[in-house]
Amino acid sequence: MSEIAERGYARAEMLVSTDWVAEHLQDPGIRLVESNEDPLLYAAGHVPGAVEVDWTRDLNDPIHRDYLQKDGFEALMSRIGVTPQTTIVFYGDKNNWWATYAAWVFHLFGHENIKIMDGGRLKWSQESRPMTREVPQYPPTTYAAPSRNDSKYRVFRDEVFAHVKLGGKLVDVRSPEEFNGTRLHMENYPNEGALRGGHIPGAKNIPWAKAVDATDGTFLPAWDLQRVYQETAQVGPSDDVIVYCRIGERSSHTWFVLHYLLGYPRVRNYDGSWTEWGNLVGAPIER
Amino acid sequence: MPYPKPLQERLDDLSLFPDRADRIDALVEIGAEYRNFTPEEVPRSAENRVPGCESEVFFAADPQPDGTQKYKFAVDNPQGISAMALAQMLQSLSGQSRRDVADIDEGVVFEIFGRELSMGKSLGLVNMVRMLKAAAS
Repeated sequence: MSEIAERGYARAEMLVSTDWVAEHLQDPGIRLVESNEDPLLYAAGHVPGAVEVDWTRDLNDPIHRDYLQKDGFEALMSRIGVTPQTTIVFYGDKNNWWATYAAWVFHLFGHENIKIMDGGRLKWSQESRPMTREVPQYPPTTYAAPSRNDSKYRVFRDEVFAHVKLGGKLVDVRSPEEFNGTRLHMENYPNEGALRGGHIPGAKNIPWAKAVDATDGTFLPAWDLQRVYQETAQVGPSDDVIVYCRIGERSSHTWFVLHYLLGYPRVRNYDGSWTEWGNLVGAPIER
Repeated sequence: MPYPKPLQERLDDLSLFPDRADRIDALVEIGAEYRNFTPEEVPRSAENRVPGCESEVFFAADPQPDGTQKYKFAVDNPQGISAMALAQMLQSLSGQSRRDVADIDEGVVFEIFGRELSMGKSLGLVNMVRMLKAAAS
């Protein structure tokens, strides 16, 4: 894969290479954050100096189907030794699927000073770079977060209804089988309870992983992404775009691609996604 | 109902770590004990593949002269640490009564890893238990 700066991204500075990370391991203005699907991976070995943000324990409310609130976010940021000025570099397993999910949740609290390590854990380990089991301890910080602001990057079902009515652009990042309703869940994943299969009317199907090179987990260059999203899905930078999947994690990866790598100004993630829409009484569905 | 003794002992050991981080460290240690099997020992065939396990896990059960079985999980993904830890624990059931092995509750996955598993990860691990149970049945 070519150098990040040569790939034509709208916001190339949002991605950093494994080389860049290796050169910044001692940089006090940088905090490396690993977010994985597999809860044992971080403990088994991580990039030196990286802390872990666990998507279930740290980002989700334990009772309500919602994300953490201001006080929880402040406590999290304090625990990982981050200030509002800290640049957070996320990386993780599954081609940075969970890393972009964590980055999206951080955006809800206005912490947009983030980067993603291109290729994530896969590329770092493929290059036989150092890993450690030592969990770093950083002095707790005092982090004053704003209240969570969902309006910029998150969307709820009523807004999706209005969006559909207006013929707005939607990108469904699930598999084609989920999109066309022949399957209610990802291949090899269990059904999480959706009663109906199909997709939100008007949505185009671009599975999230089409944005990455599966051999090393890096993002495809902008011209390939444009071909996928603009030519195949007819979704362009002037569109108000809603992305969704099953519970909003895969679609956060596409949110990152559209908003930062392609520079679309208005991209929101519908985290209610198919587990909500597929169960809503009276909600319109296409197959 | 308690699990067969070797597995129950492992679960009892894990119960000594009520703190999630400590338990994860203990599971990583168990995973580190795991040694993979060669393709001759566990053929990487479609029928041996554990469905839903992205860690590329294959399973085989070798019949033993005493009527029991030897259980073998091959984990080909070096990042498949959870699968390795579970494989190590389930392989301790080799030589146990097949009926007892067939009767183990697939919820053992959650006893080991806790409930904070993604749906995808938990299904892959549960399928390892299901293949073991099916072989013992």
